[in-house]
Amino acid sequence: MSAAAASGHLVAGHEVMPEENYLSVDHSLKSWLLTVDHKRICILYLLTITFMFFIGGAFATMVRLELLTPAGDLMQSDTYNKAFTMHAVFMIFFFLVPSIPATLGNFLLPLAIGAKDVAFPRLNLLSWYIFVIGASFAVIAMITGGVDTGWTLYTPFSTNYSNTNVMMTAVGILIAGFSSILTGLNFIVTIHRMRCPGMSWFRLPLFVWATYATSLIQVLGTPVLAITLVLVALERGFHIGIFDPALGGDPVLFQHMFWFYSHPAVYIMILPGMGVISEVITCFSHKRIFGYKAVAFSSVAIAVFGFLVWAHHMFVAGISLYAGLVFSFISFLVAIPSAIKTFNWSATLYKGSVRWDTPMLYVFGFLGLFTIGGLTGLFLAALGLDIHLTDTYFVVAHFHYVMVGGMVLAYLCGIHYWWPKITGKMYPELPAKAAAIIVFLGFNLTFFPQFILGYLGMPRRYHAYPAEWQVMNVLSSAGASILAIGFLLPMVYLVWSLKFGKVAGPNPWQATGLEWETSSPPPEHNFHETPVVTTEPYHYGEKEREI
Amino acid sequence: MLSKYIPLWPEQASTVAGHMDLLYVFLVLNTIFFTVLVAVMVVAFSIKFRKSKHPVAVQIEGSVPLEIFWSAVPLGIAMVIFVWAAVLYFHLMRAPRESMEVYITGKQWMWKMQHPTGQREINQLHVPVNTNVRLTMISQDVIHSFFVPEFRIKHDVLPGRYTYAWFNATKPGTYHIFCTEYCGTKHSGMIGEVIVMEPAAYQLWLSGSTGGSLAQEGERQFASLGCVTCHSGQPGARGPNLEGVFGSNVKISDGRSVTADENYVRESILNPQAKIVAGYGPIMPTFAGQISEETLIQLVAFVKSKQGTGAKAGGQATPGGKQ
Repeated sequence: MSAAAASGHLVAGHEVMPEENYLSVDHSLKSWLLTVDHKRICILYLLTITFMFFIGGAFATMVRLELLTPAGDLMQSDTYNKAFTMHAVFMIFFFLVPSIPATLGNFLLPLAIGAKDVAFPRLNLLSWYIFVIGASFAVIAMITGGVDTGWTLYTPFSTNYSNTNVMMTAVGILIAGFSSILTGLNFIVTIHRMRCPGMSWFRLPLFVWATYATSLIQVLGTPVLAITLVLVALERGFHIGIFDPALGGDPVLFQHMFWFYSHPAVYIMILPGMGVISEVITCFSHKRIFGYKAVAFSSVAIAVFGFLVWAHHMFVAGISLYAGLVFSFISFLVAIPSAIKTFNWSATLYKGSVRWDTPMLYVFGFLGLFTIGGLTGLFLAALGLDIHLTDTYFVVAHFHYVMVGGMVLAYLCGIHYWWPKITGKMYPELPAKAAAIIVFLGFNLTFFPQFILGYLGMPRRYHAYPAEWQVMNVLSSAGASILAIGFLLPMVYLVWSLKFGKVAGPNPWQATGLEWETSSPPPEHNFHETPVVTTEPYHYGEKEREI
Repeated sequence: MLSKYIPLWPEQASTVAGHMDLLYVFLVLNTIFFTVLVAVMVVAFSIKFRKSKHPVAVQIEGSVPLEIFWSAVPLGIAMVIFVWAAVLYFHLMRAPRESMEVYITGKQWMWKMQHPTGQREINQLHVPVNTNVRLTMISQDVIHSFFVPEFRIKHDVLPGRYTYAWFNATKPGTYHIFCTEYCGTKHSGMIGEVIVMEPAAYQLWLSGSTGGSLAQEGERQFASLGCVTCHSGQPGARGPNLEGVFGSNVKISDGRSVTADENYVRESILNPQAKIVAGYGPIMPTFAGQISEETLIQLVAFVKSKQGTGAKAGGQATPGGKQ
């Protein structure tokens, strides 16, 4: 393309790494730790959350090993309770919530809207430091004995009964929450104020719409989590009765407050993934998205309705029947925007020119698994059925289909898709495809049996279980070992590609989007000249004509 | 029968189990339909229109009629599920009027059952077949949850107030009790069994010796704690007469009126100043921290036994309007 040719990247048909890029500016450690470049901050987050992911993964391994046998024989009950708690704490608060927004969001948002950086670059760096401090508290809490309350921290267990590191973990989550709020705020302002000439709202890539919706939830929801954690600390530390009935409090109040954040947080975790899918599916179908506005507005609808469904976690917790009725009704409504997205993505493939590269394999996996994850959510939104299903493995299976089958696949999809842009190098296609297939198979073997276990009645968070459920649990653990290989493989070949990968060139996928019009890796200030947008996004038809 | 080889649902051992499974199967079929639909679209389009066969994509903007169609159809199906499941929920959350009562206290990590006839059990619950059984449950520490998968019932058991569940077992046998709200170290050991018996066997079990009914035990406590001094039932007594109070509407001093259910009686013992009966002074001492949940249940059962004949047992399993 023009930008590439202008900066002289094409030399006799071979791509060469651009001399000047954000990675080559300065190699000192100081230049990394004090960087205000959104692209370098992406790398800082990438390293941090990958570390967190493998801590969370280690605890998942412990859980699945223990559940190979019905008796609780591999570890003590307390150890097991800490393992599932810390698996969730690290995966949710320190991996899933920051995953796409803090890495791909940081890298791409300014590039995608034609800006030099986010609106507040120093605040952006501060967000990372705050995140690291929060994560350090959580890691220290883990090393000095761990925490056993479940990630849900239900009272009065968390305030007056647990003898583990509840406070330190809560402080870690609280601090990390501020990182999330600052990132969200930064992105909202960036999207409003930093768009390049011609980049109107309906020319924004759908990834930006999804990031915008996510940021809204981060800014509006996370403070409630902070308040809730402070109240837990007040009750635990100073015996001020808020949640414990023995002190005059109400334990169900905690659940309302906790889920007021934590249900929308599920959308913090999945919306950016949906944004990635929209980008990748258009690129590899070489086709504009089917129903741009429907996909864009459904993100916003999810963000808004997502705030009104929290008590569907509490249908048997002792809330009034009529409250249950209202929350169930709205929960069914919030399912519709997700259905709209799924149908629009499927329709985008129709009459496309479809390539089966690795990112696209992840899209296929996402569409199947997210559909199952979404539809099984209806089981739990259904009042009567939820009585039987809540707090069983059915719930565990459902949210892993959404969070891993949906979000982690979308994350891997995005990492592969933008890897050439971030690093300037191509990953090797064959092992990448193999890893995508291994993840898909391993995932289904791990979590599909858990739906069956759930309906049979196996409660979640059980260290030991009746012998009749062993077969399904063994299948699940076997699947987890395959899944682990699928997650480790990219670690190997992506690192390998940094040195040995083919040079990517500015636009290896022939994609639209401003990020592909600058070199790979991009220069420090993203663009040599401020881009001017004259077309709508996904103008793949016009691209054809240009060629 | 497929479920003989791969169990797809737990044994159907209560009157609601069949209804629950029917709704479940409907949702499973719904899930299969839409998953297959999406999978077929994705696989078929991406094979048929792969780059080697279809090198130039046809640019399509979208279609408003299609957007409306695929929003409306899922919404319609969702509303069917919503109504169906809501009806089942109301059925399961409100015990029938004619129900046998059992009181359950959860604690880390056991279930303690008290029968109105005076029997006490730990981690076991003996009930007759084909009988409505209403469970009045409370926790003496953290939140627990009482779950019997074969009956398709579950409800959280809270500290500080009674919650309710009910079932009608249709097959004699032994069924799982699980705690399904994480409650600490031995959460997965907080299990037990419901033993459903034929009427004759149940009568035999009942005739095992007890020290008297739950209400009688409550009456003894009522005397020994000194309650009887003020709640003597005599005209001019310092406390209200408890005869016929349970289940009635009580006028309290701030002008409101409340229904005297189990939670009201419990609160009046532990926190007497919260709702004072109109016309009486705030003179009753609190019993908070002095009597166990099990003794409270006995006192509640005693007050309940004084409601006279033809009273309304059961009622709504979860008192509405609390939230």
